[in-house]
Amino acid sequence: MNKTDVIIIGAGPVGLFAVHQLGIKGLKAVVIDNLDKAGGQCIELYPDKPIYDIPAVPECTGEELTQKLLMQIKPFKTEFYLSERVEEVKQNKENWIVKTNKDKEFIAPNIIIAGGVGSFEPRKFSVKNAEKYEDSSLFYAVKNKDKFKNKNLCIFGGGDSALDWTLELSKHSKINLIHRRDDFRGAHHTLSEIKKLEKEGKVTIKTPCQLVSIEGDKEISSITIKFDDGKTEKIKTDFVLGFFGLIMKLGPIAEWGLNMDKKTIEVNAKSFETNKKGIFAVGDICTYPGKLKLILSGFHEVALASVECFKRARPNEKYRFEFTTSSKTIQTRLGKK
Amino acid sequence: MAKITYIDFEGKSRTIEVENGLSVMEGAIQNDIPGIDADCGGSMACATCHVYVEQTWLDKLPKAEDGEIDMIDMASEPKKNSRLSCQLIVSDELDGLLITTPAKQS
Repeated sequence: MNKTDVIIIGAGPVGLFAVHQLGIKGLKAVVIDNLDKAGGQCIELYPDKPIYDIPAVPECTGEELTQKLLMQIKPFKTEFYLSERVEEVKQNKENWIVKTNKDKEFIAPNIIIAGGVGSFEPRKFSVKNAEKYEDSSLFYAVKNKDKFKNKNLCIFGGGDSALDWTLELSKHSKINLIHRRDDFRGAHHTLSEIKKLEKEGKVTIKTPCQLVSIEGDKEISSITIKFDDGKTEKIKTDFVLGFFGLIMKLGPIAEWGLNMDKKTIEVNAKSFETNKKGIFAVGDICTYPGKLKLILSGFHEVALASVECFKRARPNEKYRFEFTTSSKTIQTRLGKK
Repeated sequence: MAKITYIDFEGKSRTIEVENGLSVMEGAIQNDIPGIDADCGGSMACATCHVYVEQTWLDKLPKAEDGEIDMIDMASEPKKNSRLSCQLIVSDELDGLLITTPAKQS
């Protein structure tokens, strides 16, 4: 079991800045996130969209903000556990034990939940029996492309993932690329490559249409799609791949015994502690009177939560408020002296 | 101020008055209208405030911009009359607007 001072759930901007606020106070943290990279919504939802309300940063993109935060917390050499979702939170006297879906366990007196709107998971088909075929002949990600060699595939979606995989998998397979409208939002040059392949008969593009049913016993044997003009078509296929982006799901957080208001966690606005001692919630996932879902509010929230974390992690030490400009201790921690 | 009617997927209708300047999404959230999640808070980044707009009203609304159309691809069961309610800003002209919420948002 990995012992630390604070377990941070969520590697979005607020989770990352939590590392900083804890680090300058001499506290060690680990960060766990279900995505395969740090940045949370900033990197997943709007990596290229400019943000204009970060104090003293007139304009930066979600990706730039993430990079700068990672740079800022580099001195603390924090361990990140990415592509891992926290499943269970259990109390152990004054400590909390956190277990992930990869069976890793962490123990700490504090947990900071900086979970945004929950963990990112693939958006799925809404056809009723789709779940039955999941991971056998229906997929939302490609883990091993050899599986699809010399097969018939139906790829759904209009973004870069759908286009990129159509291009890649068409090298060894026959592909139907299916999208709900004629326009694809993926990169133009990928689309023109695919149009070339369509002329060569390697790819068939079907638009504007949607999946209406999946047929097959244990594995998919065919699917039926419906065009906007009402015509339907049955397509024989071995595999179906859906690329509809990611959706945020609150997931197991709802089962940890925290006081919730809809999909947010109630906290006090003094230390951002929840109804459970030592569990804090910050950023978009917390709620208190007047709460604003802004990155800058999240930064303030972790600054205050980190003080309370210090008191719990170092019960025999007195907390001293210090400025980074003048504190030798902080500067040493930042590797500046 | 506009009277807006939200009809859920089971046909239950709820009519509320929404102040000008708010979005149809905000009107729903502030009045606890079910069927609209709005996970991203209105930044056009999640498609969980997806609604269907009755055709006659659809023609009266400002056209969806590209970002919204792209995002609707991500919605659960998008249709020709799909819109994101965070992008529909309430004004007197929208008085009487009818929208239907989908069976699920994700």
